[in-house]
Amino acid sequence: MRQLSRRDALALGVSGAALTLFGYEEHASAAAKEAADQIAKFTGGKTAEGGRISIELPEIAENGNTVPLSVSVDAPMTADNYVSEILVVADGNPNPGVATFHFSPISATAEASTRIRLATTQNIIAVAKTSKGDFYTGQKLVKVTIGGCGG
Amino acid sequence: MAEKPRLKLPKEAKKGEIIEIKTLLPHVMESGQRKDKDGKTIPRKIINKFACEFNDKLVFVVDLEPAIAANPYLQFHAKVEESGRFKFSWTDDDGTVTTAEENITVS
Repeated sequence: MRQLSRRDALALGVSGAALTLFGYEEHASAAAKEAADQIAKFTGGKTAEGGRISIELPEIAENGNTVPLSVSVDAPMTADNYVSEILVVADGNPNPGVATFHFSPISATAEASTRIRLATTQNIIAVAKTSKGDFYTGQKLVKVTIGGCGG
Repeated sequence: MAEKPRLKLPKEAKKGEIIEIKTLLPHVMESGQRKDKDGKTIPRKIINKFACEFNDKLVFVVDLEPAIAANPYLQFHAKVEESGRFKFSWTDDDGTVTTAEENITVS
């Protein structure tokens, strides 16, 4: 048998990588669509403005079973104008919903932290709603080494 | 009966101070995605709602999904203008509600 040339090996590697990528993309797109649907339901179809939300997550989560998450919105928290809700979705989990945080003027800051489960490398998307009906959005990619949903 | 929740918040604060509140309830948060050794899906059993009130006014509420890790941990803030009592509640899928209370003196 002919020895594999460097070029052949490279070609094999590339097609293999393409296949893996394709499989991932297909799975990801179904979850991402459901995440987008949940966001559309939350905003009622209104466009969410980027920039005011910050999402804190580790860049690489070694254990997807418990990943620290903090979300905060840079917006007023007064009695007549405050951030009333933040929806958090994960676009690569079996169910994209993560949590909805409901704030009040007593909250004083539109900021919450928790620990979440992530099945795979994916985007975390947060959408905030104010009492005046404005929407803000932000997202962050997190790489997951060991997924935390199956078992 | 569910296990005892853990709370961390100051016992005293100045009027108008924004305090940090940390809560944790020991709970499996069974996602409904896992299978047992016979391949049967383990039914979902999670805390699906958390609420915090101060002097009977809602401060902070969370709708939790199965993507929240076991022993749900929540950290948030509250601005205190008067002395009073914080009440916390965690609602399980099976309807059980676990509650906790903590007083704070505001000067």
